[in-house]
Amino acid sequence: MYPLTMTLNGEAVTVEVEPFDLLVDVLRDKLGLTGTKIGCSEGECGACTVIMDGQAVLSCLLPAMKAHGREVVTIEGLSRGDELHPLQQAFIEQGAVQCGYCTPGMIMSAKALLDENPQPSPDEIEEAMAGNLCRCTGYLQIVEAIEAAIESRSGKGLTWLAL
Amino acid sequence: MWQEYLFPSSVEDALAMLAEREGRARLVAGGTDLIIQLIEGRRAADCLVDITRIAGLDRITLEDGMIVLGANVTHRQASESPLVRERATVLAEACRAVGSLQIRNVGTLGGNVVNAMPAADGTTALLALEAEVEIADESGWRWVPLPDLFVGPGVSRVDSTREMLTAFRFQALGERQGSALERIARRRALALPILICALVVTLSEGAENFESARIALGPVAPVPFRASQAEESLRGAPISLETMARAGEIATQESHPRSSLLRASKEYRQEVIKVLVRRGLERAVQMAQKPGFSEKPGF
Repeated sequence: MYPLTMTLNGEAVTVEVEPFDLLVDVLRDKLGLTGTKIGCSEGECGACTVIMDGQAVLSCLLPAMKAHGREVVTIEGLSRGDELHPLQQAFIEQGAVQCGYCTPGMIMSAKALLDENPQPSPDEIEEAMAGNLCRCTGYLQIVEAIEAAIESRSGKGLTWLAL
Repeated sequence: MWQEYLFPSSVEDALAMLAEREGRARLVAGGTDLIIQLIEGRRAADCLVDITRIAGLDRITLEDGMIVLGANVTHRQASESPLVRERATVLAEACRAVGSLQIRNVGTLGGNVVNAMPAADGTTALLALEAEVEIADESGWRWVPLPDLFVGPGVSRVDSTREMLTAFRFQALGERQGSALERIARRRALALPILICALVVTLSEGAENFESARIALGPVAPVPFRASQAEESLRGAPISLETMARAGEIATQESHPRSSLLRASKEYRQEVIKVLVRRGLERAVQMAQKPGFSEKPGF
């Protein structure tokens, strides 16, 4: 076992991990953060997307040790108490959630994009979201939700990094 | 499953860790291919030596007209580097076509080459750029031509249980040169290519003829492939739709795409080679004809 220390959703966390543990399993089974989903386990579907040091990564392909000393954000790190993150709110309002299984990964990919590029073009949104598969919605509502979240942020004059 | 996970701080450190474990340890960079292979039992290792925290292996620099990329440069970094986009466009385009953004954020060019898949986008572009590869082992460091590394599908000569690919270098493209990557896949993201074609062209003084062309194709053979007869047909040939279409025909004749359930039928893929070669040549020529190219000291 190795002691893995990371900043997880803003807090310093140390957890004992096996050298072969994958980040998604540590998040779900050792830390109880089951918002991050396992879809395909081979990097094809994006359900396990989390943000590490500002970039969207697939936690099912990542040895947990790679997170040592890094900053990791999962879907659980987005809301503030009962107040949803604007992306979460927009996904609900725009009907971008059906079965919901892909949603955490979708939102993490969208957040990584908007943190880096607050005003992405439609093409840039599609490129950033291309690694997240959804079997239910047909994607249009998902893109609309991201666009709505961008609008709501501009309206409130907030910056993504402050959220 | 691997029972040890190590972070060396230097190349020497990494090689010592490998040597100590006598073939039972293996290097890992991004791991986007290797981790699945280990889980599925297609490769084995008792220990993973993670090279992604070694300083300097993610550099992208211009040195004496050569672009040098450290082995840990990710597909994302290569595709967004202004130097690569301008002076090795084919590589930037290839890296942008790989996987999804999540894969490109993590997967490295070094891993793409060591994994030695005949359909590897980054590798095919590096082949057209006539890249050399730097290898380090306990006896020292050496540069070898990229094609020397490939043995067969998924098999490279780089033995990651005892040596390390540390960098790539190739001539930055300049005046009267252009490059392009053409790719066809079932969808535009997260899909293995049915075919890829990486091209670099050099035009003659006055830009009326081809001086030379390099055409790399994948996957049409067990290892990444150069269409040398098609390249030869363009040497000194006038720049016209006719010569470019003929190069496509020749490239189809000299390559051997197979029917594959994963990709497409042989017949379809043969037709696609013609189109991709011609299309890629047209784009590369357009780029080469752009006036006003100058050495940019800013990189």
